[in-house]
Amino acid sequence: MTPVEPNPPFVTSRRGLLLGAVAAVPALSLFGSPAWAGDAPADHDIDDGSSMTEMDHGSTGMGGSDHAGFPTGSVPADRAGIDPTAILRDFDKGKVSTLPGGQTLREWEITAIDREFEIAPGVIFSGWTYNGRIPGPTLWAQEGDALRIHFTNASPHPHTMHFHGVHTAEMDGTPGVGPGNIAPGATFTYEFDAAPFGTHLYHCHTSPLAVHIAKGLYGGFIIEPKAGREPADDEMVMVMNGYNTDGGDNNEFYSVNGLPFHFMDNPVKVKKGALVRIHLINVLEYDPINSFHIHANFFHYYPTGTMLAPSEFTDTVVQAQGQRGMLELRFPYVGRYMFHAHKTEFAELGWMGFFEVTE
Amino acid sequence: MTGPITTEPKDASPDRSEETPPRRLSRWLLGIGPLVLIATLIGLFTLLNAPGVTGDGNRTPEEEIVVETTQLRPGQIILTIRNEGVDPVSIAQVNVSDYYAQFTQTREELARLESGTITITYPWVEGDPYEITLVTSTGGTIGAEIAAATVSPERGAPFFGLMALLGIYVGVIPIGIGLLWMPFVRRSSKAWVRGLMGFTIGLLAFLTIDATLEGLELVAGTTAFGGGLIVFLGALAAYLALEGVEGVILRRHAGAKPGEGLPARSLAFLIAIGIGLHNLGEGLAIGSAYAVGSLALGAFLVIGFAIHNTTEGLAIVTPLAGERPRLRLLVLLGLIAGAPAILGAILGGTVFQPNLVALLFGVGAGAVGQVAVKLIPLLKDEAGRMLTPLTAGGIVIGLGFMFATGLLVAA
Repeated sequence: MTPVEPNPPFVTSRRGLLLGAVAAVPALSLFGSPAWAGDAPADHDIDDGSSMTEMDHGSTGMGGSDHAGFPTGSVPADRAGIDPTAILRDFDKGKVSTLPGGQTLREWEITAIDREFEIAPGVIFSGWTYNGRIPGPTLWAQEGDALRIHFTNASPHPHTMHFHGVHTAEMDGTPGVGPGNIAPGATFTYEFDAAPFGTHLYHCHTSPLAVHIAKGLYGGFIIEPKAGREPADDEMVMVMNGYNTDGGDNNEFYSVNGLPFHFMDNPVKVKKGALVRIHLINVLEYDPINSFHIHANFFHYYPTGTMLAPSEFTDTVVQAQGQRGMLELRFPYVGRYMFHAHKTEFAELGWMGFFEVTE
Repeated sequence: MTGPITTEPKDASPDRSEETPPRRLSRWLLGIGPLVLIATLIGLFTLLNAPGVTGDGNRTPEEEIVVETTQLRPGQIILTIRNEGVDPVSIAQVNVSDYYAQFTQTREELARLESGTITITYPWVEGDPYEITLVTSTGGTIGAEIAAATVSPERGAPFFGLMALLGIYVGVIPIGIGLLWMPFVRRSSKAWVRGLMGFTIGLLAFLTIDATLEGLELVAGTTAFGGGLIVFLGALAAYLALEGVEGVILRRHAGAKPGEGLPARSLAFLIAIGIGLHNLGEGLAIGSAYAVGSLALGAFLVIGFAIHNTTEGLAIVTPLAGERPRLRLLVLLGLIAGAPAILGAILGGTVFQPNLVALLFGVGAGAVGQVAVKLIPLLKDEAGRMLTPLTAGGIVIGLGFMFATGLLVAA
């Protein structure tokens, strides 16, 4: 075989390599393009002026950005129909009232509806949703609260709401048990007490299960300990998901909070030194595991969030399907720091983003 | 006109020419009538939007895209794709080995049978394999593979020179050498010539089968232009065309007794034309294989083709056993049979359209097959038997020889 010729500088080489820059250093000499190194992703210059697929992606001004992601930038939230930044800190505490016995009652209206999303520039995903969003609303309660989830199935397919938690069989949202599948047009109220505390999730349990979950029927379910936790300065939820768009046995796109590469173009804004608490939930289908890695920092990890003391101090954590946990960290320095699946395939297919730390 | 009564029939049978003007007109009208009716119906059907059979508009579009060619330039991968389905298709994203790469495309939406070019910017590395996935607007995927990335040849003068040289190596030179068997054939006994004729038939039969299969392989998985059908249609058309040519030749040689068949020289020309058409297809295949980087040039390939194709020269001269052809004639025959390989290689390296190449393979198969059929009567011995141990053996050896040498040039 002929020796590998040093290729002329490629326009995109710097883009692909910003992620995991350390690993990319040996490749730098190969491509002979120093231009990528150290480029702040802030300057989103159109790097070669080639006309892209003639789609309108200018609204975020991210076209042809220097960092990894879709060459034309992620789909603007309003066009996509998903706003991962809004989902981050959107904890739905329900309609709160007090029961005669003094127990706090939280009630939610959840409706299953079909909806289309533009998950990648030009790619339309026909989603199944709770309340029209992927991921569904993050339901927040305190340990011991009485919960009533009024579920309406306004979609043409049967669905359920299956909560991870402790409850009776009838309230488990499993087909064939209790109310089982909720038929199109039907309603059902799931009723149970919030237990145990931790970072949980809910999802549809109708078969074929992988399809019903992967099309978008999932959401975070956070139960705060009765005594509370140390108040965080910034608390957020991150749901790791994927999109299998071609009906195969793998995902074409990956994301956090539903929109691939969104946090590359719209970094998660946090304050230097602030206590950041992240509820990390993996709902990925078709791939066995997912992971979360943060650059230039370490975090305390609370598996499933069910203990008050962390089990690990790390910068990378792995989760199987349905696995979740709580991360706590503080950013000691200002600047931009990547976070992404350390399975770089997922990262380069959408699951990567930035934290932007300011004073 | 001499007779006073011109309208009177000249003989008992009704004379059609008599009423020709009005009859001819009405005959044409009768022929066109149904066509007009069909056109009117189509117009009405379209105008009324297919009454009774209109869909509810909810049919899910089916996306059928084929990748026709893949080319590599430094930092770029260029695909030619075609929409072989009924519904329009838009390519929204391009994924190269699990990386969403920047790309441009000539058409945003491909209508039925429309083709487009996708130019992907990607820092590919020499020798590495890549998997390209085109993601459509509905999330569907179309795959293409690059077995080992290498720069596709530029279409400049050196490229065309190389292609021409390749055509000369695999077409003209081997056949030219094969023609040098002429003296040997001429001095062979009649029995030997029959054996050689058998060998030639075996060789041509092999080429017929081989070209058909190669054509079918090219269009396997595509249906837009009929798939394998075009190979067979091409073969049939070529067969009939050569039969027509033969008819013309026979009429020219009016002196020949009916049933005697073609003169030897004409037969040699027919064989040369058949083999030439076949070599055009072969040249196309070689040129396109080289253009997409899937052909390793080198001594082995050229030697393989030389051995494989030299016998084609023998096939041309065998019918001339009883003649003393001039060198000029032999050169002409050699060029007819071999030169199309040059044209094929240049064309194949420039524009590669699998359906067109498959059609040409079919044409080659039909042409070679027609010649093989024409040679069969020449196998007859004095007793009028065609399949003797000698001729049957010749056919088997011809088939076996081509099979064995064909293995050398599996490109």
